[in-house]
Amino acid sequence: MLSSTRSGGRRLAATAGIATLALGLSACGGGSDEGEGGTADEPITLTVATFNDFGYTDELLAKYTEEHPNVTVKQTVAAQAEDARTNLTTKLAAGGEGLADVEAIEVDWISELAQYPDLFTDLADPELDGRWVDWKVAQATTSDGKLIGYGTDIGPEAICYRQDLLEDAGLPSAPDEVAELLGGDDATWDDYFAAGADFVKNSDSAWYDSGVAIYQGLVNQIDYAYENEDGTPKPLADNAEISDLYGTVVEQDEAGLSADLEQWSEDWTSGFQNDAFATMLCPAWMTGPIESNSGGVDGWNIADVFPGGGGNWGGSFLTVPASGEHTTEAKELAAWLTAPEQQTAAFENAGTFPSQVEAQGSEQVQSFTNAFMNDAPAGQIFSNRAQAIEGNPFKGPNYFAIHQAVQDGIKRVEINGEDPATSWDKSLAAYDELGL
Amino acid sequence: MAALITAEPARGSTSPGPGTPRRLGFSQTLSRWDVKVSPYLYISPFFVLFALTGLFPLGYTAVVSVYDWNLLGGQGEFVGLQNYADVLGQPTFWKSLVNTLSIFLLSAVPQVIVAITLAALLDRNIRSATFWRMGVLIPYVVAPIAVSLIFGRLFADQYGLINELLGGLGIDPIGWHTDRLASHVAIAAMVNYRWTGYNALIFLAAMQAVPRDLYEAATIDGAGPWRQFISVTVPQIRSTIIFVVITASIGGLQIFDEPRLFDTQGLGGADRQWMTTVLYMYDVAWGNQRDFGRAAAVAWMLFVLILVIGFLNFMLSQRIASSGPRAPRVRRSVTRGLLAEARAAAAGTPRGAAGRGPDTTATTTTDRRDA
Repeated sequence: MLSSTRSGGRRLAATAGIATLALGLSACGGGSDEGEGGTADEPITLTVATFNDFGYTDELLAKYTEEHPNVTVKQTVAAQAEDARTNLTTKLAAGGEGLADVEAIEVDWISELAQYPDLFTDLADPELDGRWVDWKVAQATTSDGKLIGYGTDIGPEAICYRQDLLEDAGLPSAPDEVAELLGGDDATWDDYFAAGADFVKNSDSAWYDSGVAIYQGLVNQIDYAYENEDGTPKPLADNAEISDLYGTVVEQDEAGLSADLEQWSEDWTSGFQNDAFATMLCPAWMTGPIESNSGGVDGWNIADVFPGGGGNWGGSFLTVPASGEHTTEAKELAAWLTAPEQQTAAFENAGTFPSQVEAQGSEQVQSFTNAFMNDAPAGQIFSNRAQAIEGNPFKGPNYFAIHQAVQDGIKRVEINGEDPATSWDKSLAAYDELGL
Repeated sequence: MAALITAEPARGSTSPGPGTPRRLGFSQTLSRWDVKVSPYLYISPFFVLFALTGLFPLGYTAVVSVYDWNLLGGQGEFVGLQNYADVLGQPTFWKSLVNTLSIFLLSAVPQVIVAITLAALLDRNIRSATFWRMGVLIPYVVAPIAVSLIFGRLFADQYGLINELLGGLGIDPIGWHTDRLASHVAIAAMVNYRWTGYNALIFLAAMQAVPRDLYEAATIDGAGPWRQFISVTVPQIRSTIIFVVITASIGGLQIFDEPRLFDTQGLGGADRQWMTTVLYMYDVAWGNQRDFGRAAAVAWMLFVLILVIGFLNFMLSQRIASSGPRAPRVRRSVTRGLLAEARAAAAGTPRGAAGRGPDTTATTTTDRRDA
């Protein structure tokens, strides 16, 4: 028996078995008691499920118990967002059995979860109006006006760059000069690519790490990229905006601007050590991975500029699953954790840039500098970048499926060396396969 | 049972009459129940567990596969065989099947051959045998995640160890993640690393059970090591070979960890060049399609495919490893030879060559039958 199913099969079989069992039970587990056990003195334990590093330390959580003596807070941390996502969706499908009282989610999952608003407690609270930047609240609001998550952090994008490599190539290397080189306040993608073309002429390194990352930056500045306002998908074959962006990205690749690395791959992490590229699109949370991958490389800095206006990449929310036993208390805890004071502490702990207007303006955030990035005033730069973000690109339920089809197309060109036209045809075929 | 029988005459002697057999009959019924039912009770935990974790999901998957069923939305409308048709119409499904078979062949075939060779070497009288035998098992102990991390470094396209070494030899780097066949080879290498030693130990256990006098007899008959391996060892461990080949087929067709962890996205590359069928099923259920109905359809088709390939392998390995089917053919030639000899004797013309031939075949036949 042991050898007949390899661990892969076994794990999958187990997952499938549990999932199917769970599905069978979902019918019975649906109607849970909501907001029960509300007496203030009754001792309860609330669980918070997060991933990566939200900056919620034990001391921070203990502070909540000080203020609410009957509540003990426990945190479970998943190593990767993807693990947390699988856990959340599987258990939601199972009727909520085993979910934490407060579940953290990433902005990317919202479009899908928002299709089933009944699974989450409505967190709308007039007292909290104006706590977050507007577009952060809009992201977590469903079409019928329900708020399913309180914002934690956001990912305002700047440009991180290697000042030593720029200097060697004869380009300006001080942060102000680089911001100016890329166009300053009116920076455009053309400016960014033009500077890249100058750079690669005089250097062995590429200008940026990955065309997929560049595409991510470009597509996040389009309001309705793949879907119409009502959520219906735009046929990819007729989507001129997207095919233009695809053309732009593969054109830069042909010009040698891309290091052709897939983000988070082995080659990518090695690339930091091997001077493979000089610049990166840099959401606030990216400074962490850059530091951990660049041991011994000390030329990184942050330029307070981003092509094509501002851009946001990523960011998370705290939700309260409706199936929980103590939804009222959990809502209170989520509100407390996302209050400006706590998110400021989280920013200092883990570098997650707060989505709260007050926290962004706070002294601690404004004066924060990043020692690894040559003492760049990270707090100030990223709050400038956050202010430059306009609008909130619409991401409907099919956003990621279509996005992946295009991303794969860019990867085929960059990494597999395929002909751009053939690769685009394959992306169109992948779109058709989705059966939208 | 023996106790019961001895007790019977003793009781019978103290109280004769028709009443005694009835009392004996009751205890006999009990013990008969005990004999008949207990074994089933003893093995029932396995079957109860199997029904719960094996049979029920199997049946339930079949039910799911005929419904429109979203991961979060749950059960939808009954759609009949539409899910099967949808899956069969997706080019990615067919691509994943080809990938699975290719990785399976690249891993199972070398794995069984190398494992059996290793086992044959370990079966000989070597110094510190236990050390070597445990040594081949070490890769099996290493967690798949760790294997993937290590091989990820080895097989990285631009800064990987293998490509750096090839570069040192003046050979062009191989696109382990871009070339379809190369990616299959790299994944098969991970599988082989993990499973060869394990299978070698299973073979070794079977080889140790082969009676040593067979080898002595073979040595006396003048058989060298190779001949002994082919004619004694392989036929003797036939049932183990069948077992290993079938488990390797099942495992090979269900391969998931290694391709999932071969890159960061875990979906088989930008062109799905190393997406296996189980990975495809995972993607259909938990990926962008979020469609449990289709995923269940894939699961069932994979189940049938594994049954078919497992059966084919069973037939094949029985043929390769068996000496059985050859025996009647030899025997017929013996009879034919004997007949020819008899006819020749009757005709009174002794044919030297024809006469000697059947003799030797006859001895080999008896040898085989003994083995």
